[in-house]
Amino acid sequence: MFPEILPPAIVDLLIEATRQTLYMVAIAGLIGTAIGLPLGVFLATSRGGELFAAPVLNQALGLVVNAARSTPFIILVVAIIPFTRLIAGTSIGTNAAIVPLTVAAAPFIARLIEAAIREVDQGLVEAARAMGASPLQIVAKVLLPEALPAITLALTLAVVSLLGYSAMVGAVGGGGLGDLGIRFGYQRFMPDVMAAVVVVLILLVQAVQSFGDLLAHRLDKRNRRD
Amino acid sequence: MTAILPILAASAQEADPLGRPTSVQDSSELPVIRFEHVGKTYAARQGTPLVAALEDVNLSVPEGAIVGVIGRSGAGKSTLIRLVNGLETPTSGRIVVDGTDITALSEKGLREARRSIGMIFQHFNLLARRTAYENVALPLEIAGVARREIKARVEPLLDLVGLADKRDRYPAELSGGQKQRVGIARALATRPRVLLSDEATSALDPETTNQILALLRKVNAELKLTVLLITHEMAVIKSVANRVAVLDGGRIVEEGRTFEIFAHPRHATTKAFISAITGAALPAQVADRLKPARVGEAQAVLRIVFTGTHATDPVLSRISRLLGVDVNIIQAQVDDIAGEPFGVIVVSLPGDIATVAAVQAAVTGLGLGVEVLGYVS
Repeated sequence: MFPEILPPAIVDLLIEATRQTLYMVAIAGLIGTAIGLPLGVFLATSRGGELFAAPVLNQALGLVVNAARSTPFIILVVAIIPFTRLIAGTSIGTNAAIVPLTVAAAPFIARLIEAAIREVDQGLVEAARAMGASPLQIVAKVLLPEALPAITLALTLAVVSLLGYSAMVGAVGGGGLGDLGIRFGYQRFMPDVMAAVVVVLILLVQAVQSFGDLLAHRLDKRNRRD
Repeated sequence: MTAILPILAASAQEADPLGRPTSVQDSSELPVIRFEHVGKTYAARQGTPLVAALEDVNLSVPEGAIVGVIGRSGAGKSTLIRLVNGLETPTSGRIVVDGTDITALSEKGLREARRSIGMIFQHFNLLARRTAYENVALPLEIAGVARREIKARVEPLLDLVGLADKRDRYPAELSGGQKQRVGIARALATRPRVLLSDEATSALDPETTNQILALLRKVNAELKLTVLLITHEMAVIKSVANRVAVLDGGRIVEEGRTFEIFAHPRHATTKAFISAITGAALPAQVADRLKPARVGEAQAVLRIVFTGTHATDPVLSRISRLLGVDVNIIQAQVDDIAGEPFGVIVVSLPGDIATVAAVQAAVTGLGLGVEVLGYVS
């Protein structure tokens, strides 16, 4: 479709930008989940009287999460440049851009996972306790499996949000679709490039959302009827 | 003196306080669950007084029995049953289950103990993403039982509760009664000695309730399982419980054999629960006119309770014939309580002292219970 509308050089740029976006979103999504999932489980189970009751730590982590969540992403990118340099060895480029994306994704995912876990019926936790389950067993055998459809939807939302965030990392030379759209579509007055970028982003979001919805539906056994 | 003591001790082991020799049947009288002076107060929020959920509760659940605790909502039933498996901890007193003081256990010890105490719930609490089979397997997975052993245990349990054909169905595909059957199978998976039933039939329709209660009776008899159940429905007590404790305002106000409690309720709460199902409540037009003392030519209203073997005796015609008294039946009902026939007849008859006394004597002489409710004119 594109070769007929766009010059081959631009198509190459578009493919490269798509590859960069997918790479950044995938890595940031994975690391963000690796941090956000346990953090979210902890936030959902550590208030007073809960499985891993630690109200003070819960509040402290909640504050950190809120602080990270309330910082506009573009500010976050710039504000944590020293940290980015520490982790990635550089503050510019695609790999460097993964650091702020991850820092933004992890607390977001943590809050989504927390909400998903809190949706699990407390009666199930009580039943598991009555069976003699340990707190870790309750998380592994009851909370996570029962929340899995909701967690799937939460991660889908996180990936879609990351696709949006990734458009801003052009500010630190991160590349990707957003960067291509700004530099070629906007600064070089190439509306066809801008349109192509938007179309690719729409297709990506649609694909991610449809896949997430389908998966969540397959995992959810509550909608079954005989 | 010291030489006699061992003998006394030995004879004390062989006979219970009533002097009956300890036989195999009598070992079933040993309490499996014992509440000793148990109190539970909930921590107050600022500015509000402490809330006492339970006060000085003493209750014994004999081995192999089905004991029911009945109370209105807020009476403390939920707290009481959760103390048995340590889901709640008492503020005072102790709870001994199968010889173990539950209140003295560490968290780890408590988890071990819970594996020999099954529990079923009003809202079933099945995992939506596990099939019937997988739900029943859950407590075994938690206990670390090997996969092959789990299969060997779960399948007979699904057979026992009549759900072998629903093995791979998810809870959303099952009816309420089927879900509770899965709940019962799950509670039995670790082969507990005790089953706790937390309003297990309260979310079910009457017919399904009867099926689930029949299943509880079956597991009680076949698996020698001791059952403690809480309910707000006297019909549940009547159907399955050998013994009943009435909980009111956090205290046990009455406790005894179900049949005795039904035949001779003493506390107002008990009477209210019983009258709701045995027809012991008077018809409104009689109740409204009932006076405690006799005025003029008023008729006496008597409640006669037929129990056990007398439930089918032709008592009224005998009284009429022997005493020459005209007896008017206001209400009559024959019921079945904990497997024993139980009849209540409310009658009115001439209210003079001599007649009432003669009838009372005659009825008591026939081995029935009688109570003067009042007088109507």
